[in-house]
Amino acid sequence: MGNDRNTFSIKFDKVCEVLDKHECSPNKLIAILQEIQEEYKYLPEDIMTYIATALGISPGVVFGVATFYSHFALEPKGKYVIKVCDGTACHVRKSKDILQTLEKELGLSGKKKTSDDMLFTLETVACLGACGLAPVVVVNDEVHGSMTKEKTIELISRIREQERQEMNK
Amino acid sequence: MYMKTQTAVIDNFTIQIEDEKNLLELIRKANIELPTFCYHSEISVYGACRMCMVEIEGRGIVPACSTKPEGGMVVHTNTAQIRKMRKMIIELMLASHDQSCTTCPKSGDCKLQNIAKQLGVDKIRFKQMKTHQELDLSSDAIIRDPGKCILCGDCVRVCNEIQSVGALDFAYRGAEAKVVTPFNKGIGEVECVNCGQCVKVCPVGALMPKYHINDVWEAIHDKSKTVVAQIAPAVRVSLGEYFGYKPGTTTTGQIIAALRRMGFDKVYDTSFSADLTVIEEGREFLDRYSKNENLPLFTSCCPAWVKYAEQYYPDLLSNLSTCRSPQQMFGAVCKEQLVKDLKISREDLVVVSIMPCTAKKFEARRDEFKTNGNPDVDYVITTKELSIMIKESGIEFGKLELSSFDMPFGFTTGAGVIFGASGGVSEAVLRFAAYSLQKGFVGEFRQFRTGDRTKVSEIEIGDKKLRLAVVSGLANAKKVIDKIRKGEEHYDLVEVMACCDGCINGGGQPVSNASNAVADRAKGLYDNDKMLQFHVSSENPYIKQLYNETLVDDKAHRLLHTTYENRRRILQDDIIINEVPENKKLEITICFGTSCFLRGAQTLYTQLMEYLSERELLGKTEFTASFCGKQCKKGPVISINGKNIEHCTLEMAVAEIEAVLRLKM
Ligand code: SF4
Ligand code: SF4
Ligand code: FES
Repeated sequence: MGNDRNTFSIKFDKVCEVLDKHECSPNKLIAILQEIQEEYKYLPEDIMTYIATALGISPGVVFGVATFYSHFALEPKGKYVIKVCDGTACHVRKSKDILQTLEKELGLSGKKKTSDDMLFTLETVACLGACGLAPVVVVNDEVHGSMTKEKTIELISRIREQERQEMNK
Repeated sequence: MYMKTQTAVIDNFTIQIEDEKNLLELIRKANIELPTFCYHSEISVYGACRMCMVEIEGRGIVPACSTKPEGGMVVHTNTAQIRKMRKMIIELMLASHDQSCTTCPKSGDCKLQNIAKQLGVDKIRFKQMKTHQELDLSSDAIIRDPGKCILCGDCVRVCNEIQSVGALDFAYRGAEAKVVTPFNKGIGEVECVNCGQCVKVCPVGALMPKYHINDVWEAIHDKSKTVVAQIAPAVRVSLGEYFGYKPGTTTTGQIIAALRRMGFDKVYDTSFSADLTVIEEGREFLDRYSKNENLPLFTSCCPAWVKYAEQYYPDLLSNLSTCRSPQQMFGAVCKEQLVKDLKISREDLVVVSIMPCTAKKFEARRDEFKTNGNPDVDYVITTKELSIMIKESGIEFGKLELSSFDMPFGFTTGAGVIFGASGGVSEAVLRFAAYSLQKGFVGEFRQFRTGDRTKVSEIEIGDKKLRLAVVSGLANAKKVIDKIRKGEEHYDLVEVMACCDGCINGGGQPVSNASNAVADRAKGLYDNDKMLQFHVSSENPYIKQLYNETLVDDKAHRLLHTTYENRRRILQDDIIINEVPENKKLEITICFGTSCFLRGAQTLYTQLMEYLSERELLGKTEFTASFCGKQCKKGPVISINGKNIEHCTLEMAVAEIEAVLRLKM
């Protein structure tokens, strides 16, 4: 084990790599942020400041861009990112109920989007393009269609159980 | 080439088109005060507020600020449709504005309030969307009240384009869009240099100077305190504007009289200590020049510029004059001498500065300017705040009998007065240099009195040929410095003022609609210079006395000079890159601040990581990245188990690591 690089240093190396690849060009800011988010799953403040330093721009610009696109996350996300579709079709089929069920089940609210155990992050999205399956819930790219309150609770319990087993291994 | 003069018709009035940049300027030339929020002639056109909409026959409704004037245009600014639109915009703005107008410090000169009144807005048909939000009180100079912001973006562009700081920017989108500081930190925790230029353009009360009016009243009311005032040069030619005088009118006598009536025990002149600054800085300059050391000398009287240099040009800090600003020289000398003369304790002497500037508020709180925790300058109030205090006292400013400064710190030469205009410091220092080198020669150096914001001149004094640059506006300063760094330009002295045209246009000054207000204030200062008995600082008899009696031994050095520190742009913690729970053998910190970054810190980091990995040391090494080790001139800087290595190369780092390991074996 002695020589394992811990994940943080590997990630930081990746930041350096990304910056080099884009030659520290301010015009490539979005691409840089995108690639860094892939590594960290979100954009940490200190890394954004570092990027600003490297690109010779103000941290305010980096922050402005990072907050403009909802794609960028400024806070770490949970292991499972749950997206509830609130497009027209899903909305009509009561996606709100499913959202509320999830919020209650995970102890979340409008502002609080990630559960304390860092297992779940809850997001709403506008139309996932799977209207035939409405209402739709997506967990880390896995689509679950025709959801009901009951099925939602079941889904969460299943993930939790799976996590418990992994922990005990 | 023959050019036909072109004209346009604006509201039935024919007007000649000259070089107006846009239709808005042409309309204003026709004496129509079209309301606007997001237009300022000195920054880029944003075109977001839509207040400047006008109708051009045949083209329909367009924003005047972003439309080019063309010959033959027939423009209407007041059609029924436009009037309706304007009212609606105001109603929409008010609906997303924290309407606590009665208690808002901006009330009275708030653009939103005034335009609403001008347009006769009497009801708001939309639902109130924004209510009170928490104030950002983190800065000593500026207060942000985000609930009042109408998103015109003026502050963003000023901070970015004029000051090249970028402490404010838009973030989020759509209905959530906001003007924020990086990472929503307090404005006192980010790279803001406190210049207050954003305060001056903000049409509403979203950005305000931090008022210290109540602290000053409290000191005045406290009978155990002796309260003295110092008045900066720029204040005397601008305060009158709050009482109906034209910009540039000197009201020194009335200001002193008002301060006495309000209860100040003594009233002194910051120009006195500006004379001191000239002498100290002049000597420093001549000394560096003869040794050819640390040139160019950068002036240090502007605290916004000083903070900017500390953040962005740490490698140039040894070029900054070590002289304190006139405000701080005054505070130090005043507390040193008056405490003895009046036989009171330092704590019972309260020094209040009246300044055209918000950054002076920050400067007065710097640790360098405290003795046992007691500041040399206790409170700084702006020109604006003084006007409020005078009005609050009910004093009829225009009817005051004139009064004059107290001695000895009230005697000034003309050189100390022109400090308030960009170029004034250089002229004053040149007068001193010429006087010293050419035995009593008294001359003017008018080269720097033009309104340009980057002025370069070569001047011969005796056998010396000096090359000077005078810049105002930090973005202009940045351009000059970048050229110096690249070796494209050489100067002996560079004067920098953060505010365009100098202190007369400071962040605490009145906001004037008159286009030549700032130039008139400058003229006011040069007229003051003419009226005074002496024009060279070293002729000031009270200064001579001060040097003979008070500034003896090391006191001149101790009271009049200071040091600078490299500053992080943003207050934030270090990044721990590699954490080791136990058994750690190596602790490495690498600086990733701007300066070290430019000097190759990142490459060094990558190489070191490779080395540590090859040597199988990663499991025993704690690696931290810091954002400024404060030794920027010597970068890249690495610390290995507490030992700092400057100008570090891979070889040097490896040698140190191996040495540490050998010791630990
Ligand atoms: S005070 Fe100056 S530096 Fe600070 S935010 Fe305003 S314009 Fe920018
Ligand atoms: S803070 Fe003031 S100047 Fe800045 S965007 Fe808001 S209203 Fe405009
Ligand atoms: S002044 Fe023209 S859009 Fe704001």
